[in-house]
Amino acid sequence: MDKVLKKILSDYKKNEGNLIYLLQKIQDAYGYVPEDAVNWFSNKLDIPASKFYGVITFYPKFRLKPTGKNTITVCCGAACHIKGSDKILGEVKGILSLKDDEDTTQNLSFTVQKATCIGACSIAPVVILNDQVYGDMDMERVSKLLKGYEKEGEYTGFEY
Amino acid sequence: MKNSSIEIKVCMGTSGRASGGADVLRAFKQFIHENGIEAQISKRCGYKKVGCRGFCSKDVLVDVVINGEKTTYQSVKPIMVERIVSEHIVNGEPVSEWLTKEDYESFHNKQYKIVLGPCGEIDPENIEDYLNMNGYKAAKKAITQMSRDDVIKKVIMSGLRGRGGSGFLTGRKWEICKNQHENPKYIICNVGEVNRPLAEGNPHAIIEGLLIGGYAIGAEKGYIYIRERYHISVERLHTAISQAREKGFIGKNIFNSGFSFDIDFSFGTEAFICGEETALMESIEGKRAMPRFRPPFPAQKGLWGKPTVINNAETLSNIPIIIGKGAKWYSSIGTKESKGTKVFTLSGKVKNTGLVEIPMGMSLRDIVYGIGGGVEGDKALKAVQVGGPSGGLIPVSMIDMGLDYESLSKVGSIVGSGGMVVFDEDDCIVSVTKFFIEFLQRESCGKCTPCRIGTKRMLELLTKITEGKGEDSDLETLERLSSLMTSSSLCGLGRTAPNPFITGLSHFRDEYIAHIRDKKCPAGVCTALITFTIMEELCKGCTLCKKKCPVGAITGEVKKPHKIDPDLCIKCGACFKVCKFKAIKKE
Repeated sequence: MDKVLKKILSDYKKNEGNLIYLLQKIQDAYGYVPEDAVNWFSNKLDIPASKFYGVITFYPKFRLKPTGKNTITVCCGAACHIKGSDKILGEVKGILSLKDDEDTTQNLSFTVQKATCIGACSIAPVVILNDQVYGDMDMERVSKLLKGYEKEGEYTGFEY
Repeated sequence: MKNSSIEIKVCMGTSGRASGGADVLRAFKQFIHENGIEAQISKRCGYKKVGCRGFCSKDVLVDVVINGEKTTYQSVKPIMVERIVSEHIVNGEPVSEWLTKEDYESFHNKQYKIVLGPCGEIDPENIEDYLNMNGYKAAKKAITQMSRDDVIKKVIMSGLRGRGGSGFLTGRKWEICKNQHENPKYIICNVGEVNRPLAEGNPHAIIEGLLIGGYAIGAEKGYIYIRERYHISVERLHTAISQAREKGFIGKNIFNSGFSFDIDFSFGTEAFICGEETALMESIEGKRAMPRFRPPFPAQKGLWGKPTVINNAETLSNIPIIIGKGAKWYSSIGTKESKGTKVFTLSGKVKNTGLVEIPMGMSLRDIVYGIGGGVEGDKALKAVQVGGPSGGLIPVSMIDMGLDYESLSKVGSIVGSGGMVVFDEDDCIVSVTKFFIEFLQRESCGKCTPCRIGTKRMLELLTKITEGKGEDSDLETLERLSSLMTSSSLCGLGRTAPNPFITGLSHFRDEYIAHIRDKKCPAGVCTALITFTIMEELCKGCTLCKKKCPVGAITGEVKKPHKIDPDLCIKCGACFKVCKFKAIKKE
C-alpha cells in the first residue's frame, strides 16, 4: 500500500490543498477510499482525518467500502423517474439478490448505484453499466443486459 | 471528402452510442470493405461520427449523403446495413420504409438551431470540420482586431443572458470581472446535464467561447468543470483542446497578439449543488461544495479569492456566433428581454423526446405538440415541468405562454438548466412534487437551516399526504415553510426548492384536497390510496390475473369471477395490466 500512496502523495504536491483530487486518486487506485489510506495521508500531511471524511461523505461518488468489479448505475432523475426507474432499480437489485440496504454483491462482482441525472433524458429510463450507457430500459432489457454478464465473466454481448 | 462522393454519417452521441451507433458504423465499414463496394460503384465512401442531433427516440440515425444529397435513416441496426448499402448506395434506391418520417421533419423544422446547428453535421473529433464552418475566426477577430471593451460591449448589446441560472447579462458579468484590479483572473465553463450534447457534438464552439471570454476579462487560465461520468463529452473536449493547442489557438501568444490562454479540466462530482457558482468554486478548490455568502460576488472574489467568471457551456457556445454574426443579428432573435435561443431537453410523456433549441418566447404548445408531436399514447396533457427539479409546474391551461426568462419567472418557474418534463393524466402531481422535493432534500448541502430543515420537513409532509395520512393543516404548514425557504435560504437551491410545490398547489389544489380529505389519488399513482377490485360482471374467469399476482392475493375458479383479497394485495398493478377484459377496477 505504501508504494501506491507515496506515488499519490507526489502527484498531490502539484495540486496542494485539493482533497478531492487526492481522494479521487485513492479511489482510482483501490476502487474505494480505505480507512488506512486516510490515516496515512492524515499523518503525512498533518490534516485531521475528519477533514477527509467531511469531503468523502459530502460527495456521493466517494465510497468507504469496496466496490464490485462491475458497476451498474440506474439513473433516477426526473425523466427516468416518471418512466419507471424505481422499478428498474428494484429489478436490478432483485436479479443480483441485493437487499434494500445493500449495494454490492457478496462476491464483489457487482455494485449498484443511483445517479441523479446523467443528461440522457431523451432515452429514459437509462442504465449505465461500466461506463456504457443503455437507454429505453425496461424489465426485459435490463435482465437481458445483466444476463450478458455471467456471474464473474466478461461481457458476452447485448442485443439492441 | 475530395475523393469520396459518398458520405455515411452515424450519430455517436450518448444516445446514439447507447443504441449501438458504434456497431452500426462498424457494420457499414465492414460490409463496404468486404464486398468491394467502392470498386463496384467507382466511388469512395467516407465515414463520419457525428454528435447528437436531438431526435434521440429514433436513434441510431444515419445519413447517407450521395453527391451532396442527404437521406436519413432512423432506428438503424447493424442487421439493416447490408440492405441499405446494396439497395441505396449501389443501386441508388433508398430503402423507403426505413427512412425518417414526417415527425423527424416537424421535430427539426420548428426549431431554430444556432448552437445545436453543427451538432450532427460535423465530426466533433476533427478540428478541420469546425474550421470549415469559420471556426476560430471569431476568436481571431476578437483577439487581434477588437479591444477587450469592444468584445464586452458587443456581448452586452447582443442581450445574451446566462443560460444556466438566474439569467444575468453575460456581458455585464464579464465587465464587472474585467474591471477588478486584482490578478490573476479566471474563467470557468460549467458543463451541466443539458450541455452534454453540445460538448459531444461541437466541443470547439465551447472552447472558442471560453477563449474569447478569457480574452475579454483578462484571464489567462480557463477551467472546464465537468462530471467525469460524461465520458464522451470529456473525451471529445479533451481531443478538441489538444487540437486547438496544436493549431496555436490556445497556449502562449495566441495569433501573435501577446495574449496567452490555457484550459484545464476540473472534474466535478455528482452533486446538484455544484450548479451554484460559489459551491462549484469550492468544489474546484477541493472542498465540500457549500455555497459562499454574497457579496462579494464571484466576479469580484471567486476561485482562490480571485475575480472569476462562470458561464455555462451553452452561454459560451453562443459567443463565437455573436462575435461572428454581430450583436444586432443575435438580438433580432427572441423576445424584448430574452434574446437568442435556448436549448431544452424535452422528455417525459411526449412522443418525440430529445434535445430541442427554440427561439426565446416560443410557446409551450408549439414545443409539446409541434416539435414533440404531442403526448405519448395520445393521452391528455396535464402539466409541464420547466427548469429542472426546482422549476415550476406549468398546467395545461397555460400552455400557450411563451418561454422566456420573464414569463417563466412570472409563473413561478425558472429557465434553469433547461429541463422540460411532460406529464400526462396518469401522473400524480403530489407524487411528482414529492419526488422533486426528495431529490432536493438529498442534494441540499446542509449549510443553511431554511434549506436543510425546510426540505426535510416538506418531504415528510408530502410523504404523509401521499400515504393518505394528510390533514388540512399540512397544506398551511407547507405553504409557510415554502415562503420561509424562498425568502431566507442562502443560495438558489433552497430558494427555488419549493417551486414545484407552490406551483403545483396553485394549479392543482383539488388534487391535494382529494389526497387529504377524500383519501383518493385521482391519477391512481399513490399506492396507499388506490384499491384494485374485480368487477364480477366483466370477469370471465380466465385465471390470468391469478397466475400473474406475485403474492397470491387473487382467488377463484376457472370460468367463474375471481376476487382480490385487499389484505394481501400489494397494489403492484400486475393484474390490472394483464386483464384482457378490463374487468379490474383501479380507484
